[in-house]
Amino acid sequence: MTTTPVRASATPQARKHHRPVSLGRIVAWVAMIAFLIVTLFPFYWMLRTALSTTRSLPSAPGSLLPVDFTWGAFERVLGLGSRAQAVAEGGSGASVNFWLYLRNSVVYAGSVTIGQVFFCAMAAYAFARLRWPGRNLVFGIFLGALLVPPIFTSLPNFILVKNLGLLNTLPGMILPTFLMTPFAIFFLRQFFLGISREIEESAALDGAGPWRTFFRIILPMSTAPVTTLAILTFIATWNDYFWPLLVGNTEQARVLTVALGVFRSQTPAGSPDWAGLMAATLIAAAPVLVLFFAFARKIIDSIGYSGVK
Amino acid sequence: MIRGFYFSMTQYNILGTPKWIGFDNFVRIGKDPLFWNALGVTLEYVVLNIGFQTIIAIVLAVMMQRLTKSVVLRGALLLPWLVSNVIAAMVWFWLLDYQIGLVNQFLAWTGASKIAFFGDSFWAIPTIAFVNVWRHMGYTALLVFAGLQTIPKYVYEAASIDGSSEWSSFWRMTMPLLRPVLAMILVITVTGSFQVFDTVAVTTRGGPVNITRVLQYYIYQKGFAEGQFGYASAISVVLFLILAVMAALQLRLLRAGESDLA
Repeated sequence: MTTTPVRASATPQARKHHRPVSLGRIVAWVAMIAFLIVTLFPFYWMLRTALSTTRSLPSAPGSLLPVDFTWGAFERVLGLGSRAQAVAEGGSGASVNFWLYLRNSVVYAGSVTIGQVFFCAMAAYAFARLRWPGRNLVFGIFLGALLVPPIFTSLPNFILVKNLGLLNTLPGMILPTFLMTPFAIFFLRQFFLGISREIEESAALDGAGPWRTFFRIILPMSTAPVTTLAILTFIATWNDYFWPLLVGNTEQARVLTVALGVFRSQTPAGSPDWAGLMAATLIAAAPVLVLFFAFARKIIDSIGYSGVK
Repeated sequence: MIRGFYFSMTQYNILGTPKWIGFDNFVRIGKDPLFWNALGVTLEYVVLNIGFQTIIAIVLAVMMQRLTKSVVLRGALLLPWLVSNVIAAMVWFWLLDYQIGLVNQFLAWTGASKIAFFGDSFWAIPTIAFVNVWRHMGYTALLVFAGLQTIPKYVYEAASIDGSSEWSSFWRMTMPLLRPVLAMILVITVTGSFQVFDTVAVTTRGGPVNITRVLQYYIYQKGFAEGQFGYASAISVVLFLILAVMAALQLRLLRAGESDLA
């Protein structure tokens, strides 16, 4: 963390003493902190509410600390507490198959990530290196597909999944994005293009075919972009709502995002079970947040690249 | 995709088989008051969402560049983007609750009257737009920030030697040089913004009455709740065309292909 102004390099000595305390700078910092509070406060409020008792919430709606502190909401969501206790604290008493939804989310996001990264890596390599007729045309079509809105493909995909008899199953949810997305191919192709050809040529001299070169040399060299892509894919799939809502809206196939929407509508007598709801959202957000804290630098650096280039 | 175009020209009940009816679905769209309502609602949403989001993102990005290189700060601003739309909608649904939501408590405390943010016909769309601005502003700011990094330092050094103030450097140097990046960001965010669905589906479900029934929610209702698959496909074709035209227009107007940095 440094507060040295970027432009100080222009006039090294003269202005250095004035800049850091200028009025504009103070205003900017105040604004920045205000933005940070707006960004972070809701997360605190989730935690505060999740640790409260729903029935007591109306008595102190403005309190910054949990009202009637309890782990009850988390126990309720995870199915640990008793039914009577849940009702007493303001839950609906209906059982929530949280573990099932969590498993579904893990399977859905996990398989899409693995499949997509694996197949896209091969396809991207083919686009970057191998010469085959019509390569540039096919790549152009892929680029065009980047701009097609998901809603447009989800209707035909829905019919496809339905005709295959996979509606409301996890394989049906995974299938359309399992093999590839244009973005992933584009992302990896750019990286593969930058790998020096000489490495592959020397591999070929040593008698390695394209398959061997790809698995033994190219993939190990590309761990950084491949991990970044995997993380981004996992986060996006984990957070996906529309497609799982269409194809997986039964108890057995429901993922967390869809389940949260259902959970909200199970309203006991007027007011929702806010504490339970916030506990559920926190748990649903947890895996992605953990991933983020583990790989923050990678994710942050990838954004400038993936979005703009 | 081609199937998408094909379905749009059929009368396709979800249980039956598609029947070719040519352009009838598109004629029907033209006469459908609910479609025009949905289009209007979506446009209002996109203007509010993109307007605020882009301005805030630019301000944040410039502040990030001038004040600190802290990765912690950038990470913090990115947090809302990591949680799903559903979670973002949920948290704000709670914060903005009419009865005991914190924001309304605060309004009551200051003496202002409470606002039913998601239930009021005036506030519903701005509120949904706000929730998504909250989720995306940090992310967009990082995109702009990445664009700012591509502007070479010597440009500012020259400006500063010429006696240009920070304010005028921003308008005369930063903004014009940022234009190609900004154009790409706009195309991406506008395309995404037109497809708002999650927030609406979780909170208002198109209500009150038709106030928040955005295009994608209308497609969803037609196709999956009412089983009019052909008609839903036709609306999605229209949405696709709107997006394509919007993207082309933006790239054209902002001359995205060329940079002033030559």
